[in-house]
Amino acid sequence: MAHFDPNAKPFSHKWLDERLAVDTLQKVLSTEYWIPKNINFLWAMGMILAATFGILLLSGIFLLMYYIPDTKLAFDSVNHTIMGEVGYGWLWRHMHGVAASVVFLIIYIHMLTGIYYGSYKRGRELIWISGMLLFVSFSAEAFSGYMLPWGQMSYWAGMVITNLFSLGSLNLNGLVEWIRGDYVPGQAFLGRFFMLHVLLMPLIIMALIVLHFGTLRIPHVNNQDGEEIDFEEEAKKWKAGNRKESKVIPFNPVFLSKDVFVMSIYFIIYFYLVFYHFEFAMDPVNFDPADPLKTPPHIYPEWYFLWSYEILRPFSKNAGLIAFGFAQVIFFFLPFLDRSANVAPANRRGLFKYWFWILVVDMIVLTIMGKVPPMGIYTTIGTVAAWTFILLWAVLPFITKMEKPVRGSK
Amino acid sequence: MKDLKILGVVVFFTLVTYWGVEPYAHSVMHKHVEFEGFKYKDLKAPAKKGDPAKGKVAIAACVSCHGIKSQGIKAPMDAVSASAAYGVNPPDLSNAGAVLDEKFIANFIVSPTHAGLVKKSGMPAGMADAQGAADIAAYLKSIAPKEIKPKEAFEFACGRCHAVRYDKWTQIGQTPKTKADIKTGVDLKKMEFDKKVGQYKLNLAKYLGKLPPDLSIIVRARGEHYLKTFVENPQNLLHGTAMPRVGVSNEGYEKIYKYLEKVGDPSKPKREKVGPIVLLYFVGFAFLAYMWYKSQWKDLH
Repeated sequence: MAHFDPNAKPFSHKWLDERLAVDTLQKVLSTEYWIPKNINFLWAMGMILAATFGILLLSGIFLLMYYIPDTKLAFDSVNHTIMGEVGYGWLWRHMHGVAASVVFLIIYIHMLTGIYYGSYKRGRELIWISGMLLFVSFSAEAFSGYMLPWGQMSYWAGMVITNLFSLGSLNLNGLVEWIRGDYVPGQAFLGRFFMLHVLLMPLIIMALIVLHFGTLRIPHVNNQDGEEIDFEEEAKKWKAGNRKESKVIPFNPVFLSKDVFVMSIYFIIYFYLVFYHFEFAMDPVNFDPADPLKTPPHIYPEWYFLWSYEILRPFSKNAGLIAFGFAQVIFFFLPFLDRSANVAPANRRGLFKYWFWILVVDMIVLTIMGKVPPMGIYTTIGTVAAWTFILLWAVLPFITKMEKPVRGSK
Repeated sequence: MKDLKILGVVVFFTLVTYWGVEPYAHSVMHKHVEFEGFKYKDLKAPAKKGDPAKGKVAIAACVSCHGIKSQGIKAPMDAVSASAAYGVNPPDLSNAGAVLDEKFIANFIVSPTHAGLVKKSGMPAGMADAQGAADIAAYLKSIAPKEIKPKEAFEFACGRCHAVRYDKWTQIGQTPKTKADIKTGVDLKKMEFDKKVGQYKLNLAKYLGKLPPDLSIIVRARGEHYLKTFVENPQNLLHGTAMPRVGVSNEGYEKIYKYLEKVGDPSKPKREKVGPIVLLYFVGFAFLAYMWYKSQWKDLH
């Protein structure tokens, strides 16, 4: 039976602690949540992602007040009402559009950081998997959001992507119609993507963010050398006042102070883009209203989907779909395909070092080839890059199995 | 130091990706057309300079279809009837000299299809010989107002084929302010106007093969360079299009673009005002954050 002091003043510290365990909460989540000291600025990407999600949520709430999910009105509600008539509507839209693009850049940096430092092994498998679930949910959120202005690219990208669900020669046209709610994208289509974008996907994302933080709490954050740290022992040193000797720092305020500094630099760059260089995030083609009778000469997804889109393109219909499906799920299996016990930066891990950098370059090549029209030399480069991607994953278990233990790792 | 090295690597790969998907990919996807400054080099200048006094007499041939309001000459037909007769409403010529290139006007009068680079034109060819056309062009220049508003330039050059719904502009003029009947919600005046616009659009689409697009946010959809080179010579970028080369002068185009930008990108002046303030705020924020970070980490190593 819990003890409640009848004399405690309502909402006083003691009163709250007896009911909510605020002291324990603060320790567990903040002041005694230990983070390794041996980190660099890439460790701030998580907080930057959380902040960017906050920007998306906030700007999205403002946009939602004026957006109209009707195929006849959607385009003008965005481009006229929000951009011209609502005070600072343009600012919310540019913030939303730029954040939606930038959030993927940070997600990729965050993912590649995890791969480089081996932060998906030795108890951290669930961090990786919940992170990948977040990546997939963000992708669905981004795609559904892209439909909403109902411009030419919304319409035709919606057409092309939903067509994928006919699954090639299986010709599941019934499934495609079921997803669209019509034979072609129309009111039913816009209505359901609107719901997905403003309700279901954000709910899922918020739940997954909590899960992602949760999976991090017990195995703790990795560090620059992949060193296995006895967090309890190091925490004792810190609490005894040995700030220099201890290998850990508390999340709040020490880790947070560095996070906030990195975040402030990020905000300068982000707002520079919002005010002076937003075109990259807002494709001009989407400023033409959706026209079912006029196919744009080039249909391409936003830049962050290009690498997986390019894995689909160079192959025949069925093989392309299989390759595309492979690209969508293979990252989930990383913790189990990497057979080495080493948790260390890639540059100390023999062949894995080359594997990592080839992966980075290959994904950039795929991204660029995904945007240029599939002709001539671009098709060749795209095909080679797509095969390279598949082969990289095929050889991963073998090269990591052969890997020698790195000094300091078990 | 190590942080900066890592930052360098991240920035490098980010910029390569950006370069690939933006400038590079777009240079592959879109043909680059060089801007020539609205010089119309393919058209010949008249042998002798045009004489406005002679042009004033010769203009009589034009006013059977065109009005010249500034000279007290009314158009013989209203917009809708004119579109039924010619496909498109012939423009009032008061501002022609302020928007169009003089050499172009002279060539256009001799042969509208040759100067306009289109297969057919509502205006007949050979309304004057080369010298007579040069005189008319000189006359139109002489009566043109020194300064016209951006919207007037747009009206003359683009506004009889293109609507701008975000500015309530239709091909037959500004949408009038009307009042609906309070008891029934019926707005007969608006319905009458809409019917006229509808009839005009049908005539126009029949004449051109399709209805020309609304230009409300064309500046965002096409960008500055594309628009400029497209207006200079539509065939270069959209081969076979029914849109004629309009023959605007440099100053005329600047006015038109100013109008389109004001309607299509109304937040530009605000962006330029608010941007520096927000950036300055975050620079200050970064400075304070750096001080906090240094104070927290000073005795850790």
